[in-house]
Amino acid sequence: MSESLHDKFFQALATDPARPDELPSELRDRLVARAKAERLLDVTYRTVDSPLGRLLLAATPAGLVRVAYAAQDHEAVLQDLSDRIGSRVLRSPSGLDDLARQLDAYFAGTLAVIDVPLDLRLAHGFRRDVLGHLRQIPFGRTESYAEVAAASGSPRATRAVGSACATNPMPIVIPCHRVVRTGGSLGGYVGGLDAKRFLLDLEQAA
Amino acid sequence: MKQPFERAVTEHGPVVLRVCRATLGPADADDAWSETFLSALRAWPDLPEDANVRGWLITIAHRKAIDVHRATARRPIPVDEVPEPRSASTPSPEESLPDDALWHSLAALPPKQRQCVAYHHVAGLPHAEVATIVGGTEAAARRAAADGIAALRRTYLANEDVISHV
Repeated sequence: MSESLHDKFFQALATDPARPDELPSELRDRLVARAKAERLLDVTYRTVDSPLGRLLLAATPAGLVRVAYAAQDHEAVLQDLSDRIGSRVLRSPSGLDDLARQLDAYFAGTLAVIDVPLDLRLAHGFRRDVLGHLRQIPFGRTESYAEVAAASGSPRATRAVGSACATNPMPIVIPCHRVVRTGGSLGGYVGGLDAKRFLLDLEQAA
Repeated sequence: MKQPFERAVTEHGPVVLRVCRATLGPADADDAWSETFLSALRAWPDLPEDANVRGWLITIAHRKAIDVHRATARRPIPVDEVPEPRSASTPSPEESLPDDALWHSLAALPPKQRQCVAYHHVAGLPHAEVATIVGGTEAAARRAAADGIAALRRTYLANEDVISHV
C-alpha cells in the first residue's frame, strides 16, 4: 500500500483521529459492565491522584483487595494480582468511585474512617491478625510495634508486626502508618518515610 | 505468568476496533468489538502464554463479524422480496458518517478482499496467518489483499481527489 493511502486509510478508520491509539471510553465502560454482569472479572482497578502521588486501587467482587503507591510499580502490582487472584483483570476508570471520594475526603482532613468492603485474601495467618488490629487504631493515634504485637496475641512478635506492616496490601485504608517505634521514631513505611510523616501530620492537624 | 487481560485491551483494543470498522463499517463495529473482547476475556485464562495475542483476537473478531452479519441479515426489512444479505448497493447507516468515500469503497469490496485488506494492512498480520483465519492458501490471501488495495486505490483515492477539489 502506498504511504499516502495507508495513512489516509488508517486515520479514517480510527474513531478519534486525534487519539488513534485510545479506545472510546464508552466501549471500555460497556466491556466492564457486561463482564461484571456475567461475573467474569477477577480484579478491576483504577488509579487516583493524591497528595502522595498516584495510587492504584484494585478490587475483587468481594471488596477492595489492594492499594499501591507509585513507587511500588503499578504494572508489577497488577501482574502480581493476576498471578495470585486471576488474570481476568480490567481497568475500570469509573469504578471504585465510593473509595475514591472517601480518599479525597480523608486527604482533605474531613474523613476519619475510610469504610469500604475489604477482601483480605492477600494476607494470611498472623499478618492478617495484625491487619485486623490495625483497623482498630483510631485516626490521629499511634501505637508501637510492641503494642500491636501484644494486641494481636503475640507480645514477642514485634518483628513479625513490622513485616505485616511492610506487606500490608492496603496502605492508608488499613492504617499501618499509625504504627511507630516504642521511642516515638517513625520506623519504616511501605510508601516511604515522607509519606508516613505526611499521613501522621495530616491526622494530627485535623 | 499470564498477563493481566487489561494488557490485551490496551495493546490490541484500538487495532481490533479499526479492523472491525474496516470489515463491518462503523455502525456494527462497536458491537463486534464488544463481543470479541467479552469472548476473549472468557477464554483468557486458558490461552497459552506464548500465544500470538493479536492474531488470536483477530480470529475471534472474524467469527464475531460473521455473527453480526447474520444478525443484520435477520433484521426485518419491509420489502416483499427477500434481499441479498451482502449486496454492495444496499444503503447502510455508513452513508451518514463523515468519510462516506471510505465506507463506500470498503463496502464495495467482496467480503474476502475486505477481510484480507483489514487483517493484513490494518492489523499487520502476515498473509499466512490471514489465510488461516479466512481459509484458503497464503497465495490466495495475498492476492485478495492486493486486489482489494487496487480497488480501494481506484475508488477511495479517486473520490478523495474529487472531494478535495469541490
